[in-house]
Amino acid sequence: MRAQFVFQEVWIGLRRNLTMTIALVVVVAISLSLLGTGLLFVKQVNATRTFWQGRVQLSVYLCTKTSSSPQCTKNGPVTATELSSIHQTLAGLPQVASVTYVSQTAAYSQFKSEFPTMVNSVTPDEIPNSFEVKLKNTQADTTIVSESVDGQPGVDQIVDNAAILDKFYNLLQGARNAVVIIAIILVIAAVLLVANTIRLSAFNRRRETSIMRLVGASNFYVQLPFLVEGVIAGLIGWIVASGLLVAVKSLWLDTLQQYFPFNVQLTSTDLIQVVILTMILGVLLTGATSFLTLRRYLRV
Amino acid sequence: MIHFDNVTKMYQNQSRPALENITLDVEKGEFVFLVGPSGSGKSTFLRLVLKEERPTEGRIHVAGRDLARLTNWKVPHLRRRIGCVFQDFRLLPTKNVYQNIAFALEVIGKPRRFIRKVVPEVIDLVGLEGKRDRMPDELSGGEQQRVAMARAFVNRPMILLADEPTGNIDPATSIGIMKVLDRINRTGTTVVMATHDAAIVDSMRKRVIELEYGKVVRDQSRGVYGQAY
Repeated sequence: MRAQFVFQEVWIGLRRNLTMTIALVVVVAISLSLLGTGLLFVKQVNATRTFWQGRVQLSVYLCTKTSSSPQCTKNGPVTATELSSIHQTLAGLPQVASVTYVSQTAAYSQFKSEFPTMVNSVTPDEIPNSFEVKLKNTQADTTIVSESVDGQPGVDQIVDNAAILDKFYNLLQGARNAVVIIAIILVIAAVLLVANTIRLSAFNRRRETSIMRLVGASNFYVQLPFLVEGVIAGLIGWIVASGLLVAVKSLWLDTLQQYFPFNVQLTSTDLIQVVILTMILGVLLTGATSFLTLRRYLRV
Repeated sequence: MIHFDNVTKMYQNQSRPALENITLDVEKGEFVFLVGPSGSGKSTFLRLVLKEERPTEGRIHVAGRDLARLTNWKVPHLRRRIGCVFQDFRLLPTKNVYQNIAFALEVIGKPRRFIRKVVPEVIDLVGLEGKRDRMPDELSGGEQQRVAMARAFVNRPMILLADEPTGNIDPATSIGIMKVLDRINRTGTTVVMATHDAAIVDSMRKRVIELEYGKVVRDQSRGVYGQAY
């Protein structure tokens, strides 16, 4: 009886201001999906960062016969003595965690596996051998370590992988921040729309509510249909948002992966987490707003 | 049943109180007419009984409860013991006679079986047999007021407040309305009726409380409306 009555009232309310309800659903859907996209971005950035942590942080490339830097054209390819001297310098630094030597053959086979289409244009002796250096503290020590070997005979160039990654992170973080800011603006719009819809709904049904109060319906009973109305609109918006989030993940983030030579795809678990989080947020948002609006407009 | 102890009600931005030092008792099962010109405080009296307004001074007891000590969330329980009828009926235009009356029970969470049983009974009591499926706009004013009375009475309140229930109804039909009120009164329900209708007051010979400028100027058992009008 009670449930049937409440849902009947909710249905009447949603139908009576249909345009407001649609507007509400759309705004909730867009704000939740943008917020979810922001969260997916955060997860993507974290996944990428985890992937790179514990990997090479500094690559010291050595001179080959095709190297074009002035250092290399002057001295020619790196010699065995230079090689061991560079290795000793690097290994002797307190900031360095480990040094690995990558020979030209090893570098070539790695290149082959990562860029199979470009293999024909490169021969093994064109790919430089290198030292891959892991640092104890990426942020602070990069400069000290790179300066210690920079300019040593046989050293072609030093590539700070973290610096390359930082550009990538900045790109991702910029996109994430933009998405989150737009989402927050839309969330505010959604809150105002919920408040307005509930107010309209309360006004539309002022006869009913005045009679309800008169015959002694409890506040809970008077307010519940409006509350459920807001939450249902929020839930429909969330369902739409979930669809959009699945699309964002499979059509955009997964496609984005193809442009990078590493694979840190988000899992379905990540997506489900984000979708559940947006649901909780959507329900809390619409529920709390409806409740607070009702306290103002449906006093005893 | 209703006890006012030195009650004054002052609305904001008004120089004169709507009610001033009202002290009166309405006993259980009484039928009381509240008479007086517009603005004399009749409606304020009724609103105070319902706790729609709070008195500026004084104490009010309704059905044994001190309204000042009644918390907000208990106000609905007070109102379940009070039925209300108005000059403008206040029916829901989208619901038929049965649904309008059932609505009052649905919103206080009564079980459907109970509603199915008592609504037809009360439709009979107010004399609307065979009209349970009519919509309000298919009924005459008198019939609409009967629906409103049925809705007010369906939960068997201890008190029935009627604010000019015959105000929109012609004299011949009003007699029928008064008969229903009398019938409700005979079940032991206290009835307080605010009215301007001298003929009705004179014919019923019930207790009459006359208000003027917010003060009780006459309280008479088996009274008449008064000479001045």
